[in-house]
Amino acid sequence: MEIIELILPSLIVGLMLAAICGPLGSFVVWGRMSYFGDTLAHSALLGMTLGVIFQIHPVIGVLAITIAVALVLSVSQQQRKLANDAMLGIIAHGTLAAGLVIASQLDTVRIDLMAFLFGDLLSVNYQDVLWVAAICIILGIALKLLWNNLLSTLVSSEIAQAEGIPIHKIRLALLIMLALLVAIGMKVVGALLITAMMIIPAASARRLAQTPEQMALMASIIGVLAVIAGLLSSFIWDTPTGPSIVLCACLLFTATHLKQST
Amino acid sequence: MTTTPLIQATDASLEHNKQVLLTGINLTLLDGEIITVIGPNGAGKTTLLKLLIGEHKPTSGEITQAKHCRIGYMPQRLHIDNSLPLTVQRFLTMSGNKNQDAIEQALVEVGASHLQRSAIQTLSGGELQRVLLARALLREPNLLVLDEPAQGVDLHGQRELYQLLSKIKDKRGCAILMVSHDLSFVMAGTDQVICLNRHVCCSGTPESVSQHPEYLALFGSELGKDIAIYTHHHDHQHRLDGGIAVGNKSQDQTNSHKGCDHGNH
Repeated sequence: MEIIELILPSLIVGLMLAAICGPLGSFVVWGRMSYFGDTLAHSALLGMTLGVIFQIHPVIGVLAITIAVALVLSVSQQQRKLANDAMLGIIAHGTLAAGLVIASQLDTVRIDLMAFLFGDLLSVNYQDVLWVAAICIILGIALKLLWNNLLSTLVSSEIAQAEGIPIHKIRLALLIMLALLVAIGMKVVGALLITAMMIIPAASARRLAQTPEQMALMASIIGVLAVIAGLLSSFIWDTPTGPSIVLCACLLFTATHLKQST
Repeated sequence: MTTTPLIQATDASLEHNKQVLLTGINLTLLDGEIITVIGPNGAGKTTLLKLLIGEHKPTSGEITQAKHCRIGYMPQRLHIDNSLPLTVQRFLTMSGNKNQDAIEQALVEVGASHLQRSAIQTLSGGELQRVLLARALLREPNLLVLDEPAQGVDLHGQRELYQLLSKIKDKRGCAILMVSHDLSFVMAGTDQVICLNRHVCCSGTPESVSQHPEYLALFGSELGKDIAIYTHHHDHQHRLDGGIAVGNKSQDQTNSHKGCDHGNH
């Protein structure tokens, strides 16, 4: 029973993240935006250091930076002066470098780079649970309200626009939702692996679904399974939690693809 | 039928990044009318459609859309990533019209009922067009806007599509505004042909050519019922850059179209 009490906050946070990653990760896969998720994650270090400097909660620092990056990318997407992936690369590595430089200058506080890169799910407390729950609820409501418009814009921005959907606002809304997701996902699997949590369950769900909604739901279920299996294995074999979860997701991906090819 | 035009353009121009995309566009689209826009690649045909349906705002001039104007838009192409599981049925519900009877009826109307459960990525070019048309019809439009509907379809498919369009027009009485990918083919029943090359080069009614012996020899009399050729003479020629070459004014202007006066722009 003690073990359950010990891992309960981690489990709750992990499950909430996996559930919301299902639909949002599906959009990342459909829209070929995985590099966008990486860029947000890279910029998160800058947010963490800023959080330390201004003595605010790191989640707020990360949120501020990832949302700023989402806004910049949204503007640059509309201007189309530079190829999207070049722009993403510049922002990803520029903000990462800035974060590393600033972090090195902080004498008083050491930022735990390992936790930043790979997450530290087992160290979450109930305050983190509240943060993640609040953001997950916001994301859930936004997804419910915008679902049809998001899907229409994704399928054909031309038809969507002709039908009166404000496609630029809808795209921006998706980017900001992903920024929120990255901010909470950092804690669970870390900057290097957050994109994995978005795309692997969604990609695994592809072959099990006939409609977008089925795929989003299946992705959530697969993500939840991966979190449970990852946490368990992390306890049993004392492996790092974030990577264990991602590894379990990869195994599930392989399983769903093997099932189809036989 | 109202006398207010569905869409009216008055001396509309569009610039982007200091480049003139369209200039001096004057156009009136009435209820139940068919307008076909033709012109070479890069002439701004798609841009004109987007300007007329309000997706782009004119840099100068004015575009007015009647209040009762309901647009059903069919894009030039649709690419849907394989990672998105999407059936024709689900695609059609995205139009906002979730009435199942309306969906089935629209599919019957375009002759694509058998595709309802198919994944949209598996459709052929012609099938996809029908589905796109069904989606546009679900908006219950009084104006169908079609961007190169016959693109990527063979001659037989083009003919079927034009037949289908004229059937829809007869049944629903909606106006049609479309871009034709071919300089010489426009849909039969077209009221107005607009020849575009960044400006309206000329506009007018297409001549019926179904009796023309050379045409019949090429395509057969059946085809002639649905496709007409718009023959016209330009009063000017274009240089390769799209500008107007001077000194080529032809003297024999026909009544089938009016050439525009290039002194004005």
